[in-house]
Amino acid sequence: MANAHAQHEEPNYMNIFWALAVLTVIEVVVVYLPFSRLLIGFLLVALAGTKAALVALYFMHLKFERSTLGIIALTPLLLCVFLIFMLLPDLTAHNKLPTVSAKTASGEHTTTH
Amino acid sequence: MSEAAAVLHQEIQPAETPLTPESWGKLGMWVFLAGDAMSFGGLLAGYGALRASSPDWPNPLRTLGISLTAFMTFLLICSSVTMVKALSAAKHGDQVKFRLFLLLTIIGGTIFLTMQAYEWGHLTHEGMTMSGNPWGAALFGTTFFILTGFHGCHVFGGVIYLSCILLSGLNGRYTADNYNPVEIVGLYWHFVDLVWILVFTFVYLIQ
Repeated sequence: MANAHAQHEEPNYMNIFWALAVLTVIEVVVVYLPFSRLLIGFLLVALAGTKAALVALYFMHLKFERSTLGIIALTPLLLCVFLIFMLLPDLTAHNKLPTVSAKTASGEHTTTH
Repeated sequence: MSEAAAVLHQEIQPAETPLTPESWGKLGMWVFLAGDAMSFGGLLAGYGALRASSPDWPNPLRTLGISLTAFMTFLLICSSVTMVKALSAAKHGDQVKFRLFLLLTIIGGTIFLTMQAYEWGHLTHEGMTMSGNPWGAALFGTTFFILTGFHGCHVFGGVIYLSCILLSGLNGRYTADNYNPVEIVGLYWHFVDLVWILVFTFVYLIQ
């Protein structure tokens, strides 16, 4: 592969810089576009993910390291996705909480009377 | 004689790490960063959960303002570029460029911290604190100060770390044969930049 000598070669850092700068400008512009909140949110996460990947792959040289090191770098990402899925049921439960507690409170209120 | 010395030298060499053959320190920094990423991931996930379950979350775009922070994002990207340039100069044995670019990186981090201090002062003046704000959910202020504060501490630590590398490199220690400490401080600095990209998106931009 062309990566055989990549350890000594350097990526064109200025290209990465311009890509990051342009993506930042797009992010700031996307916020003001007349799209739905969900679509804008999705676009922002995709843009931020691309920027983070560019920094990790080129500035942190992850692209030119052994792939096992990539597993170390990806572990926190996997665990965070796992954490978000762990939190999802709690979020839906929280939204129902006020109604449940209101019912219990009113029920107690009637029994005491 | 010299062969025997070479053999002896080989014997006392520590075992080579299979992940980062050039240095153990680099592997250590990657493992630290993976742990640190989990800290930030936990904070961001907690922030998301609190925000999603708060019906009166203030609009960050209108309350925080993004022109200043967009510039701060740009500044950190620039300081990441000067960092890779500093490493590249060290690899090529260019001491002057190495010191210049490392100094620019430190200055970039310092300006970032100054702007963050200004932003915090401005928001506090508007009534936003850890425990409340005039616009809605009190947790808006709590999560904002915790997330940006935790990141700001990382930038502050990074500026000190970079300064130590710059000072220890003033005698020309970092050369084409010995640039690992520069690469390792670079990993830390780029990570701080990477986290800011995520904080900027999740705290300031997403509505």
